[in-house]
Amino acid sequence: MSLAALPQAGLARLGRAVLSALAELGRVAMFAGAVLSHVLRPPFYGRELFAQVIAIGWLSLPVVGMTALFTGGALALQIYSGGARFQAEFAVPSIVAIGMVRELGPVLGGLMVAARVASSIAAEVGTMKVTEQIDALVTLSTDPLKYLAVPRVVAATLAVPVLVGVGDVIGIMGGWLVGVNRLDFNSGSYLHNTAQYLETWDVMSGLFKGAAFGFIVALMGCYHGMNSGRGAQGVGRATKAAVVAASVLILAANYVLTEVFFSA
Amino acid sequence: MIRLDDVHKAFGANRVLKGVTLEVPRGQSLVVIGGSGTGKSVLLKCILGLVRPDRGLIQVDGRDVTLGDRDAFLARFGMLFQGGALFDSLRVWENVAFRLLRGPGKRPKAEARAIAIDKLRRVGLGEAVAELFPAELSGGMQKRVSLARAIAADPEIIFFDEPTTGLDPIMSGVINELIRDLVTEMGATAITITHDMTSVRAIADSVAMLHGGVVRWHGPVSALDSSGDAHVDQFIHGRADGPIATVR
Repeated sequence: MSLAALPQAGLARLGRAVLSALAELGRVAMFAGAVLSHVLRPPFYGRELFAQVIAIGWLSLPVVGMTALFTGGALALQIYSGGARFQAEFAVPSIVAIGMVRELGPVLGGLMVAARVASSIAAEVGTMKVTEQIDALVTLSTDPLKYLAVPRVVAATLAVPVLVGVGDVIGIMGGWLVGVNRLDFNSGSYLHNTAQYLETWDVMSGLFKGAAFGFIVALMGCYHGMNSGRGAQGVGRATKAAVVAASVLILAANYVLTEVFFSA
Repeated sequence: MIRLDDVHKAFGANRVLKGVTLEVPRGQSLVVIGGSGTGKSVLLKCILGLVRPDRGLIQVDGRDVTLGDRDAFLARFGMLFQGGALFDSLRVWENVAFRLLRGPGKRPKAEARAIAIDKLRRVGLGEAVAELFPAELSGGMQKRVSLARAIAADPEIIFFDEPTTGLDPIMSGVINELIRDLVTEMGATAITITHDMTSVRAIADSVAMLHGGVVRWHGPVSALDSSGDAHVDQFIHGRADGPIATVR
């Protein structure tokens, strides 16, 4: 290839990558549309939905709780030492609370759920695909999208906001523990400051974010699982792609939702 | 009757089916033989609608399989998958009764369980197995559970994809006998894919050999040894030398 042709080849490669990314985006959007279109149409698989609420919500509680606890504690320390530069140590309780419920609770909770749940859904559904279990579902007159994807997506959309709410409380408690035991705050005034500056919308916006992140996590897990390649390597790739896509989309959605909720 | 007329299917540049034409009369057991990768499983999946053919017509009892009520169409079929394809998260009886617990033919749970246990008994498995999960079973038991699932709703048409692969000769014999008995008893139409010539002779009324994307030979099982086709002869005798390339 001549030197003059190099920029053209690079441009062609870039064009192909952009087209491929747009095609993938279109496929994901169509998959999301198909899942949503099935949510309110029978048959409903209540037992599968309940099982997924337990698997996604209840069983994610320890990891989300631990994340929130340590994050709340670290946040209190950071704000205290940073705030000391301009004599704002008193703001620790309110900033920990606002930071947790608006941002860190939903985002870190979402990312932890992405790591735990998107990977497990993609691996499970991907394995079902490569072992012909999804074909078997079809031959048994059961729509795999309805039986596998809808319960998981609905369960995650319902369960993750609850996880975020619990994580918020635990995160604030982490800040309180550090504030009272390490930074010599008075317990009563710490809790009073937390409650005084926290508004209902702060909490609600975080819960809405949680619902959006739950939807993203389960959607990516199902999408990549159902499009898994052959063999162990195919399932491995699908699992990795699900976690990466869910994590990136959570961060992107977080920015968009923050713009929507708080840009005024 | 199942009728395939000039069915084509390609995956990218790989043309797997290049014009398959085949008829299976009602109540007959057809066995499809052919080398690995010749499109035998794709053929079954095309009939079931799991894979969409690029060209050609597939009819069951004179009706195009791509038209009409899909659930009603699939309710006529039972399929035994090569690897069993049992659902890991469900107990054995729930696997067998899967169709009976959902959809238009839904039965009360107790009735579905009783039918599942009856079908398990039919394939030689006791009630104790019903409460186990598939991962707790041996390969042969999984195949039999899958067979029980395939016949649970008394289908008119049953597909068996390599039913004896990976089983020891005794278990293969048991499965072959079961399939033959089930097809005879139920009067079902059956298509079986296998490489196992013992299975072919035990299960088949007629045999079709798929090679090069088309049906190379089709005839009654009694004529298999005198087919006069070099491809069929090489395949059934397992010879390395012959018109079928061993490096594919």
